[in-house]
Amino acid sequence: MHAKRTFPIARLALAGLALTTAFLSGCSKPEVDTAEVKTESPQESVASVTGQEPLKVGFVYVGPTGDAGWTYSHDKARQFMQAELGDKVKTTYVESVAEGADSERVINQLAKSGHQLIFTTSFGYMNPTLKVAKRYPDVKFEHSTGYKRADNVGTYFDRAYEGRYLTGMVAGLMTKNDTLGYVASFPIPEVVRGINAFTLGAQAVNPDVKVKVVWVSTWYDPGKEREAAETMILQGADVLTQHTDSPGVINAAEAQGVYAIGYHSDMSEYGKTAHLTATVHNWGPLYTRKAQAVLDGDWESEAFWGGFADETLSLAPFNDAVPEDVRSRVEAAKAALIAGELHPFHGPLNDRSGVEKLAAGSNLSDEDMLGMNWFVAGIEGELPQ
Amino acid sequence: MDPDLIANILYATIRTGTPLLLVALGELVCEKSGVLNLGQEGMMLMGAVAGFIAAYHLGDSGIGIVSALVLAMAAGALMSLLFAFITLSLNANQVASGLALTIFGLGLSSFVGLGYVGIALNGIQPWELPLLSDLPLLGKVLFSHDPLVYFSLAMAALLAWFFRSTRAGLIVKAVGESPESAQALGLPVLRVRYLAVLFGGAMTGLAGAYLSLVYTPLWADHMSAGRGWIALALVVFASWRVGRAVLGAYLFGLMSIMHLVLQGFEIAISPNLLATLPYLVTIAVLVLLSSNQARSKLFAPLSLGKPFQPGH
Repeated sequence: MHAKRTFPIARLALAGLALTTAFLSGCSKPEVDTAEVKTESPQESVASVTGQEPLKVGFVYVGPTGDAGWTYSHDKARQFMQAELGDKVKTTYVESVAEGADSERVINQLAKSGHQLIFTTSFGYMNPTLKVAKRYPDVKFEHSTGYKRADNVGTYFDRAYEGRYLTGMVAGLMTKNDTLGYVASFPIPEVVRGINAFTLGAQAVNPDVKVKVVWVSTWYDPGKEREAAETMILQGADVLTQHTDSPGVINAAEAQGVYAIGYHSDMSEYGKTAHLTATVHNWGPLYTRKAQAVLDGDWESEAFWGGFADETLSLAPFNDAVPEDVRSRVEAAKAALIAGELHPFHGPLNDRSGVEKLAAGSNLSDEDMLGMNWFVAGIEGELPQ
Repeated sequence: MDPDLIANILYATIRTGTPLLLVALGELVCEKSGVLNLGQEGMMLMGAVAGFIAAYHLGDSGIGIVSALVLAMAAGALMSLLFAFITLSLNANQVASGLALTIFGLGLSSFVGLGYVGIALNGIQPWELPLLSDLPLLGKVLFSHDPLVYFSLAMAALLAWFFRSTRAGLIVKAVGESPESAQALGLPVLRVRYLAVLFGGAMTGLAGAYLSLVYTPLWADHMSAGRGWIALALVVFASWRVGRAVLGAYLFGLMSIMHLVLQGFEIAISPNLLATLPYLVTIAVLVLLSSNQARSKLFAPLSLGKPFQPGH
């Protein structure tokens, strides 16, 4: 995983060289390569022997591939797809692409250079993707987390709230203070849905549980996320989770001796004893299926929203600290989710002020979940409107 | 409010304020000499990544940590040397070069740190000062910090003394006020400015190491998250006075902690609004300062940001 770590001297020397070059040239132009293009193709010769060109698949990432987080989960999926389909596909990815004009240029470049399927993996790529898609009607585009589609643009997302519900169960069973802490970024439906699902999961196994929410107003600031986590630990929270992109919360939990639950990817590396499990985006099977559909010529634009049932989500391996009975309860709930017998948002549901949001016996519709802007009872902290 | 919570808020205030203070002290010296360096974010990230890599390979205790901190300062200083060469020797625009340095540092630190994402260290642990740290309230707030907190305060005291009572301090100020007169007096303007810029880089590099070794002991891309810019505002806020920089850093620290703590009390203020508090305070102070224009002019180094060519 950390193959590159064994060559620190070379890396430092390269960096030194870059600095020296910039220094010697006396040039104030930043020598920054924010968008490195990397292509991986296994045995191109094999493909040409069979007489069929591999399908070129492009990926646009908002962050660095790194070792944890959102972009990491997409890059793992790219590798999964490459391994599954072998030399039938050839993948290219561009990382750290800023949303907006930069991304349009990058997406356009991928389409222009013969990529027939392009995954754009951040909400802010929505309009650029549609713009480029208009220019290249024969190229298929898949945009993650968006809501605008076209004949050659599909959207996809995962039902992360299912994972939130299950990890909420773990938290509810592992807490000693009946107090959980949630570090949240911004009060948008996606985040609110996660907080509610986590709370309902915890309440399902522990009726006394309370969830404290702190908004940090940033997607990414390890220092601030850590500070928020410590604030909640002071206020009694002993299992933490986060909807931000850095491992700052896991790191704080490890240092303070409380538990934490990761998000986006398995974050156990950041908290060997603290990290209980994590909700993990598992895009690999979806990417493989989409690429296969293009190969077979039966790709269609769709709004895909998958969960545990189609393996678009998974849970990170449990920490040793999680006892067998907790694991089996969570596994049973997961099986029920997959079978469609359990829905995290199952009525009756009341909001914090006691107003009924969902009648007994029914499940919240996808539409209501996508626009969710209210907190379930049992959450401490205001939902900013 | 219970005393424990207050103690913890004040403790966190000092910790949050410390990286800001380190950057601000460095930039204050740099600006006193008449050079405006906007490259803090870049220098901070290089310090953070260099310190982290060194601590990973040399061990995060004793000599390893000391070497890591020295290397972080060296990385910041090296970045600022690049800036000094461009702006002082080649007379390039300071604002543009500083911004370029920030962008350069963002990219270079990501590149250098590529193989280190996802590693966590124990980091620098707090020193519980014997006896003093057992004092009720004050013990936790003042005497249970990591060594860099004490270092930043010692450095602030040293700089206050330097500018008030030493000839070298007067020379730095003279160079920042009027490089032409300073040169006419036979003072080595360029050398003074080079040293001031290097000092600023070293302090900023150390602030970076504070983030990657104390605050969140891990390396994460762009982990400075805008603190360099806040520190720049802080220097203006402090009207180039060391004492006010210390107060300002802790005030900014308190504001960002209160953003988190107030939410725990279910106070119905938008967290987004609370997050802007440090900036609102800066604006308020700027307004106050400029209400007496002559006053603010007295504080800002007169030749700040202006290129100077020796011998002309």
